[in-house]
Amino acid sequence: MPTNLTRRQALALPAGIALGSLVGRPATAAEPVKIGLVAALSGPSAKSGEGITRGLTIAIDEINARGGVLGGRMLELVRRDDESNPAKGQTAARELIDKEGAAILFGGIDSPVSLAIVPLVNAAHVPFMGVWAAATNITRNSANPNYVFRVSAVDVLVDRALVKHAMATFGAKTPGLILVNNGWGESNFAGLTAAAAAAGIKLAGAEKFDDKDVDMTPQLQRLRDAGADSLILVGNAAPGAQVVKSLQRSAWTVPVVSHWGISGGRFPELAGSWAGKVHFVQTYSFFGSQNDVGKRVLAALMAKYPDIKGPGDVTPPVGVANAYDAMQLTALALAKAGSTDGDKLREGFLAIDAYQGLIKNYTKPFTDENHDALNENDYVMVRYNGDQIEPITG
Amino acid sequence: MLATALVSGLGLGSIYGLIALGFTLTFAVSGTVNFAQGSSVMLGAVICHALAVGMHWPMIAAAPAALAACAIWGLVVERVAVRPFVTRGTNSWLMATVALGIVLDNLVMVLFGKEPRALPSVLADEPWVIGKVGIFPLQILIPAVGLGLAFLVHLGMHRTGLGLKLRAAVDHPDAARLMSIDVTLLIAVTYAAAALLAGIGGILIAPLYNVAYDMGTLFGIKAFAVAILGGLTNPWGVVMAGLAYGLVEACATTWLGSSSTQIVTFTAVIAALALAPSGLFGGRTKVRV
Repeated sequence: MPTNLTRRQALALPAGIALGSLVGRPATAAEPVKIGLVAALSGPSAKSGEGITRGLTIAIDEINARGGVLGGRMLELVRRDDESNPAKGQTAARELIDKEGAAILFGGIDSPVSLAIVPLVNAAHVPFMGVWAAATNITRNSANPNYVFRVSAVDVLVDRALVKHAMATFGAKTPGLILVNNGWGESNFAGLTAAAAAAGIKLAGAEKFDDKDVDMTPQLQRLRDAGADSLILVGNAAPGAQVVKSLQRSAWTVPVVSHWGISGGRFPELAGSWAGKVHFVQTYSFFGSQNDVGKRVLAALMAKYPDIKGPGDVTPPVGVANAYDAMQLTALALAKAGSTDGDKLREGFLAIDAYQGLIKNYTKPFTDENHDALNENDYVMVRYNGDQIEPITG
Repeated sequence: MLATALVSGLGLGSIYGLIALGFTLTFAVSGTVNFAQGSSVMLGAVICHALAVGMHWPMIAAAPAALAACAIWGLVVERVAVRPFVTRGTNSWLMATVALGIVLDNLVMVLFGKEPRALPSVLADEPWVIGKVGIFPLQILIPAVGLGLAFLVHLGMHRTGLGLKLRAAVDHPDAARLMSIDVTLLIAVTYAAAALLAGIGGILIAPLYNVAYDMGTLFGIKAFAVAILGGLTNPWGVVMAGLAYGLVEACATTWLGSSSTQIVTFTAVIAALALAPSGLFGGRTKVRV
């Protein structure tokens, strides 16, 4: 028998259904906690997104095997591709917050993308965890309260480490800077200039390049003529490879020390036979003796991903290691918060006392003043041997 | 520094000129251009990579096969994005060629992937070093090929039967049709040749750069600027403009720094066009009334 509804009832019914679905619906134990990831999953830096995904996945598998978080809720990774584009990153972040209801967002390799997302998460009161992008002002963004945390390098600290390595390993007295022409390059220009001044050396000069530049020999020639005795490179894999190819083309055998952006793509393939000459920074190496966490993570990676047959196949290690520790710290923060509420979760991060992690044993990793869990004591210098990343020894 | 700027500028300038030659060919014959010329650059490099690296073909076989594919692509562009609009008397081919190029770029993105790949070459591995200047053999080959092809285009236009028909089609299309010259076919052939030239540019530059679905965009834009600068209808002028553009670009970076490169280069283009509105080597069109 058909039911006759008045116009008012007809209007009220769908509204009631919608409200009923939103109001008074507490998270059930079975409802997963969504972990958002906005990273470069395609394009020149796709390998970085894959590394971060693997680190998060191994950590999430461990946490879920332990019974999940918040009384039995499983963690679920929801990924979005920012294509290294800040506008796309913002859109993806909004979607993960508003549509997916992610409790926290993880970021990728590109500092400009993370910098575009920072104001958005601070306004939405949703914690953001940086696991690669190193621009200093991602965490030091002057927001109060600040919802941005990071388990990764910080440019200002990396820059000191790069200058120190150039001086100690290559006897650098007048390094030249060759930097990508964007916010990340600017961040490092400031950091490297300060680091050189603090170390008592002079920079030969600073040159910029764009991601699509074909030939960087003119920039390199300027640095060469200015007396650069070493180069400090800041850029991602594809343009970084163009710098190295341009060096090879001009037959200039100058030592190169690089930030870690080159490890986020196919740098060894693109740079060719000179790729192994570049020393660069990472936060972790799966080579050498490992702590218990390192052994466990490496075994899990080898079991889950057929292409990983040993420590050299974990590329890029920085993405895997940072993401793994950051996810475990997030689980601890969720436990402290007792909820996925953004404000409580932020407090949860600040309340973490200690965690025996992959990269190190963390003690009070986050405080009101410091949202960066890693510092210059946590960096290792490495280089490519073929496709594998190996620590520099001797 | 001058030697470095010359080597860098002449190499890149030759590539711009080579791609711009394609604009010249189609514009001279049909009054239209393929704004997806950058996509043809990419197509040549991507197919060459797929065959040489992916399927381990020798380069001597992979490059001609890739160029054949570029020529076919040129025919498709003319048939799908130019002819239907020209016959209806509209200028919508402007947008149609751009759109078709975007379609191709995205199709390649799906099939080839978004990650840039390397196309190794023995000509871009060990540089020859003269004093403080190093140069890959490929960097010498590129200008030689650019100038050689411009010479061939010139010869083809002025010393062959096909060239005679082309010039007849340019000067008096209706009279050419009355003389049983298939002008439609000639236009299609020039589109194939234009895409082929762009493909050669793509294959030549790939070992110095990389291979990616979006690699043609910037080359296409710069080549169009070069074509306008060279006078659009003058093959030698376009090649010379390409070399000049490359040299200005390299010299600006060398002496003024990388942040001034685009400012100086495009300002120079505007200034040159302000002084010579028909391009540096373009003749004035005579209008008879």
